[in-house]
Amino acid sequence: MKFAVLVFPGSNCDIDCYKAVENAIGQEVDYVWHTATDLSAYDAILVPGGFSYGDYLRCGAIAQFAPVMNEVVKAAEQGKFILGICNGFQILTEAGLLPGALLRNKDLKFRCHSTLLEVVNNNTAFTNQYRQGEIIDIPIAHGEGNYYCDDETLAKLQANNQIVFRYKAGANPNGSVDDIAGISNERGNVVGMMPHPERAIDQLLGSEDGLRMFTSILNAWREQHGAAVNG
Amino acid sequence: MKATVYVTIKQNVLDPQGSAVQGALHTMGFEEVGKVRIGKYLELELDTNDRAEAESRLKAMCEKLLANTVVEDYRFELEG
Amino acid sequence: MAQQLTAKEPTAEQIADQKIYTQFGVTDHEYELICGFLGRLPNYTEIGVFSVMWSEHCSYKNSKPILKKFPITGPKVLMGPGEGAGIVDIGDNQAVVFKIESHNHPSAVEPYQGAATGVGGIIRDIFSMGARPVALLNSLRFGNLENARVKYLFENVVSGIAGYGNCIGIPTVAGEVMFDESYEGNPLVNAMCVGLIDHDKIQRGVAKGVGNPVFYVGPATGRDGIHGATFASVELSEESEEKRTAVQVGDPFMEKLVMESTLELINSGIVLGIQDMGAAGLTCSSAEMASKAGNGLELYLDEVPQREQGMTPYEMMLSESQERMLFVVAPENEAQAREIFERWGVICAKVGKVTDDGRLRLFHQGEEVANMPVTALVDECPVYNKPSAEPAYYAENGALDTTYEEVTDLTGTLKQILGSPTVASKEWVYNQYDYMVRTSTAVQPGSDAAVVTIPGTRKALAMTTDCNGRYVYLDPEVGGAIAVAEAARNIVCSGAEPLAITDNLNFGNPEKPEVFWQLEKAADGMSDACRALDTPVIGGNVSLYNENAKGAIYPTPVIGMVGLVHDVNHITTQRFKSEGDIIILLGETKHEFGGSEYQHVLHGKNEGRPPQLDLAVEKTLLSGVLGAIQQGLVASAHDLSEGGLAAALAESCIGGRLGADVNVVTNLRPDAALFSESQSRILLSAKPDQAEQLKTYLTEQGIANAQIGVVRGTDLTININGNPGIAAPVEQLEQVWKDAIPCLMK
Repeated sequence: MKFAVLVFPGSNCDIDCYKAVENAIGQEVDYVWHTATDLSAYDAILVPGGFSYGDYLRCGAIAQFAPVMNEVVKAAEQGKFILGICNGFQILTEAGLLPGALLRNKDLKFRCHSTLLEVVNNNTAFTNQYRQGEIIDIPIAHGEGNYYCDDETLAKLQANNQIVFRYKAGANPNGSVDDIAGISNERGNVVGMMPHPERAIDQLLGSEDGLRMFTSILNAWREQHGAAVNG
Repeated sequence: MKATVYVTIKQNVLDPQGSAVQGALHTMGFEEVGKVRIGKYLELELDTNDRAEAESRLKAMCEKLLANTVVEDYRFELEG
Repeated sequence: MAQQLTAKEPTAEQIADQKIYTQFGVTDHEYELICGFLGRLPNYTEIGVFSVMWSEHCSYKNSKPILKKFPITGPKVLMGPGEGAGIVDIGDNQAVVFKIESHNHPSAVEPYQGAATGVGGIIRDIFSMGARPVALLNSLRFGNLENARVKYLFENVVSGIAGYGNCIGIPTVAGEVMFDESYEGNPLVNAMCVGLIDHDKIQRGVAKGVGNPVFYVGPATGRDGIHGATFASVELSEESEEKRTAVQVGDPFMEKLVMESTLELINSGIVLGIQDMGAAGLTCSSAEMASKAGNGLELYLDEVPQREQGMTPYEMMLSESQERMLFVVAPENEAQAREIFERWGVICAKVGKVTDDGRLRLFHQGEEVANMPVTALVDECPVYNKPSAEPAYYAENGALDTTYEEVTDLTGTLKQILGSPTVASKEWVYNQYDYMVRTSTAVQPGSDAAVVTIPGTRKALAMTTDCNGRYVYLDPEVGGAIAVAEAARNIVCSGAEPLAITDNLNFGNPEKPEVFWQLEKAADGMSDACRALDTPVIGGNVSLYNENAKGAIYPTPVIGMVGLVHDVNHITTQRFKSEGDIIILLGETKHEFGGSEYQHVLHGKNEGRPPQLDLAVEKTLLSGVLGAIQQGLVASAHDLSEGGLAAALAESCIGGRLGADVNVVTNLRPDAALFSESQSRILLSAKPDQAEQLKTYLTEQGIANAQIGVVRGTDLTININGNPGIAAPVEQLEQVWKDAIPCLMK
């Protein structure tokens, strides 16, 4: 399986995502620049965190127009796995690949700390190695992670089981609607989340609860391709 | 031609910055202050004299980049 | 629209006749020397260039005699003071690069941008050496947090540091924040950056190779941060008002691009010399690069990218616009260099040439506008031995009795100390910093030192910043030594071997003999400690003239120390780990309340003598504890500092969410046993089956040690000689400790 980690000017979790793919599942992975016009070689695309284009104007607003984003839209249509983390989530919403928007945290401060998430939907390509309702420890680091969508959109997200992660009840760090931490598109192949699973793959650094997101993706890909699944 | 663009958070969306400023003004004794909304103000110099054309292109700029219409409203003025 | 400044710059004769040079801080004597070096009167641009090169910031003319005291060499030191940052070998062809720098005055005026540009500047110092920055630290001092202006400064300094560090993607992993009236109106904002480099990639700021082109990299130059003296000599008008020096504004996004492109350029192997444009921008970088190579340099100022119209040579040379670098490559590599910057979207302009005449020559609009000998600019600034005098307060304090009346409400006192902003949890601060980006942070903020792993190895780096200004004020020599010793203790407690330090000397006006005395004595103490603990000074920064209406700030020589963890298995934190672990106190406790948090909280004073320090004892303690940690005998280690034993026990309990049953056997008064800040003490815990082995080992090493209790339950109970002392649920202590700063900042 082959991963692309997109690099926009100002991305800064690109290295961490790259290392996570290498260390967690040992699959092939390339950095792909914002100027690239072909993603056909890749099975999964990671849109990393950071401050693309300085997050000037709005987080992710400028990145959505980078040439590579046309290819990301195509890849989404083809059913490839696309995971946007933090700034990557913001870019995917700006690009319209996911509904809603990310606003400033309710307390107006950048917040970096570990958070407890509830796995709301374990029936996705990104979460199949977790138990439904499992509580996992994944850190956040953002100033604008307050997920917002209107009531109609929220009802649709709930009805279609598109809410993938919620902050544990009572521990919502940013004021997001319905405690949402991560969502998927209707088809389920595009996921965006504010917490950083790539920062939680080594107990030495505090948690390895993010590791199974990567094994989930590999697992889903193998199932799709009829290959033997590693336990 | 010069365009000024105002982008504000939609009325029904929480604006935590606005709420913080409102709170601060109240503690400073400016009790008459009601709701506060914070937005962005942009100045654009446009290399055109065609007002109608400028307006339609500005609208496109706002829709595509300058505002996120999921959570923001915009308006603009043209002079010159 | 503002047009070009109509008023003319004063002529060389006017500068001489009207002594305009004094407005630049140049003395009569210095002016005469400059005339001698030039063989004529300097023009406006030249006097501007000389004034910044001969300022304390660039020349260290007042602090040189002080800096000479520091030990700066060691077997592992690859580069000492003089370049952008010092470098220490860590084995396997790798080295660690680090430096600390102050941005006190800019932060007092515009706290967000002042702090942000401070972070940006220190990062450039690191990557201009060719190193990849891997961690940021800071050391902050503010006045009393009850004060509204102090809250404003604190809030915005923290958010400026966060804004810059988070965006550029370098984790802010450690720091310290202290609050004391002494810093009212003059906060201290010191930022430190740590980088990693391979030996063969180390760069120097030299303009090598006569005839080689000199390149400018980064955003266009504006009139940012130019000394206000420019306008003192022209009549004020609306136009000149608009041109007044602007606060420097940081652009971390641009710096990220400059950093990535610069590192790519350096890795390509074609760079002959490179230096960042920090203070005094183009002036300092060009003169120093020429000087270090023994060459000259020509600059064609029309080629300098400019953000504003009508900039004069003076303004371009003195601008402190941020995120800019200067580098030299051979002509045949020019295209390759340009291609790299183009790809990253960074401006790169050829602005000059290396010459062999040893002069810095500036050209503008077809004319030579300045011509100065490089050595005069860089090396010939006079050095001053300022008069020094022991301040009256020093003798007065020596005569004071600071034993104080005994306090009986020990639990209440502990809560008061835990709720004091200096001791209280700094979560409110560090949760605003991204301390995890780059996924290498093994020990996060909140322990004695942060630990950052080194990718591809079993090793890691421990790092900390430390200084207790109250101690240094009371006795600069002892206080200076304690700052180094405490930093080393923090490094050792995290499982690392101390390597070297960078220091930031934050002092008052050196022209006051009492301040100069503080500077001298503190340097003596620091030097002694650095020698005793084998931690040479590999670089640093001097910030003088830190004064407010009440006088000088507490002398605050901040120590930034880095240590090497030889194996990640050695990484140790301060929190208690498991129920049943044995608690052991190392070192000797004396009745020492001078400069303590106890004194501050209960008596509102800073008086007497600070705790004493025996460097031989410290050395023994540190090597013994490191040995014990490396043998796997230690579950937790915590340095005893502000708030003494009681605060340390509380912090270890809170961190581990565990209680402790402690009984201290002592001849001291209970409050002294609990809150004295005697030095060279460390709190350890060990697994029950390893405690005996640990104690035996420590005793063999000659370290005083006492088993004082066991990790147990959910309460912290400390008895003194079997009598009740402190008893409180850990949860309650945690609440006091964690809520203190957020409550004040509401």
